[in-house]
Amino acid sequence: MLRNDATKLSLILLMTPFILWIVLLIILPQLGIGYLSLREKLGPNDYKFGFANYVDFLQEPIYWNTLLRTAWMSILVTILSLFVGFPIAYYIAKIARRRSRAALFLLCLIPLWVSDLVRAFGWIVLLRETGIISGALQSVGLIEGPVELLYNDVTVVIGLIYTVVLFMIVPLVSTLDGMDNSLLEAGYNLGGSRFTVFRMIVVPYAMPGIVAGCIITFMLTAGSYLTPILLGGKNSMWFTEQIYDQFITRYNWEAGSTFGVLLLVFTSFVVWLGLRLTGQNLASTVAKD
Amino acid sequence: MNVAAPQSTVLRMTYNTYLLLFFVYLAAPLVAAGVFAFNDSTFSALPWKGFTLDWFFGSTDPKVGMFNDRRLLRGMTNSLYIGIIVSAMAVIVGTCNAFLFERKQFPFKNVLYILMIIPLVIPGVILGISILVFASMIANGAETSLNLDLAFLRPGMFLVILGQFSFLTTITSLVIAARLRKFDISLEEAALNLGASRGRVLATVTLPFLAPALFSAFVVGFLISFENFNTTLMLVGSDAPLTITMYDRMVKVGSTPVLNAVSVFLMVGSGLLAVLSVLAQRNRTGE
Repeated sequence: MLRNDATKLSLILLMTPFILWIVLLIILPQLGIGYLSLREKLGPNDYKFGFANYVDFLQEPIYWNTLLRTAWMSILVTILSLFVGFPIAYYIAKIARRRSRAALFLLCLIPLWVSDLVRAFGWIVLLRETGIISGALQSVGLIEGPVELLYNDVTVVIGLIYTVVLFMIVPLVSTLDGMDNSLLEAGYNLGGSRFTVFRMIVVPYAMPGIVAGCIITFMLTAGSYLTPILLGGKNSMWFTEQIYDQFITRYNWEAGSTFGVLLLVFTSFVVWLGLRLTGQNLASTVAKD
Repeated sequence: MNVAAPQSTVLRMTYNTYLLLFFVYLAAPLVAAGVFAFNDSTFSALPWKGFTLDWFFGSTDPKVGMFNDRRLLRGMTNSLYIGIIVSAMAVIVGTCNAFLFERKQFPFKNVLYILMIIPLVIPGVILGISILVFASMIANGAETSLNLDLAFLRPGMFLVILGQFSFLTTITSLVIAARLRKFDISLEEAALNLGASRGRVLATVTLPFLAPALFSAFVVGFLISFENFNTTLMLVGSDAPLTITMYDRMVKVGSTPVLNAVSVFLMVGSGLLAVLSVLAQRNRTGE
């Protein structure tokens, strides 16, 4: 009996910080922006409830265009990251020898330890009009005057891939690592070409890693702020920038919350769709450390 | 022969070239950000005008080094302060969560586990605004109905700490839980059989086993907190941490090599901490 009480007490003691954290810092704040997004400001301290903020969003093409643009650029970045990262992950997991494997993996992780801000700043130093690449191209004689390589979509995509590709590589390496080479041998012995073996054996095997990588990459890209703003400049049209703008610059918290809810709903929907289509679940993909 | 590797020479060379290009791509912006911290020029651009450490230690205008720049120094202190508090809190709550999910059985465990992971998949900007909104609601409520001024719920260091804590706890929980899962419960049972009290077993058997994980969770937490931007941006008040100070400088003043110096400082600092946490992990496998 006493033992039972002690177990119950320790459960309560362990549960308390968890509940406080999740309820006070995650659930209630999310409900808070949901609530604010349904509130329309008519005047000082005069509010009406309804979907007016969402209607405003739909009626202003620049808002939903920004969301769509963020969405498709994020999807593009995700796909490109998969293509860029897959060969690297495959090399680390399957081709590199034991010792160089750890070293290569660490090399891949280095940018992860450096702040987003420093990475974006590095790209600026490289790509701006007075930057290294422009200077190098001039001294080689390929171009006449200085060239501005910042503030266009290609640069934003390159910068975004840079920030997220590691989150694609890590889960890919951990899944590919478990693949037995005899699977490949069997494929070749049965007469499969390299491409067939890749398509029929490697890709299906790596699927959990691909899904996990894509989800993390997509969420990070859609929620990113610094890279699109700094590399894309004034015309980057990124949705998180709209949120910041509404909150801090215009002090229109109702509209800002609406945008926040929309971004959250939208990204969750894409993730849900991805999990659904591939038959994975959130806990096993994201928390697989 | 490694069947996984490309067999023809051409293919292998293409593959290796691709790898090389990829690592050049990874290194390029970091090198670019770092190198100009040592250039004796007022612009972080070519041409190279000679080596200097003025951007770190210089004290005369126009070359005021980062260690003599009062705003940058204040940002650094704020970051340090926030980082230590946030990671200490996240490690404590993370340890509780690890014990909760690894040791206890309770209803709705799976749902609660998913709730624990969710902060990782909410974009940082949204975590920031939601905590801002919620804190302001409470503060406004207290002001109108109780006439209380809860200044700490307005943008500032306290909210930054809460904002970073809200998602760091997930990370620390996962790190610590992974270690706790490997713990052989019979060790605890042996100690209990030998007459040790529960508290003593925790202090002398379980926690020492968890120590490397607690340490790396703290280091990782500190690094992420120090470098966090998105969540912090929404919650920051007058006492801005280093990343925000640096961003303001970049956007408003334009970049001088002092920003390169800050970048070098951040890279070296996080590199050292990362090595520390890797070493802690290595001890773990060495047991």
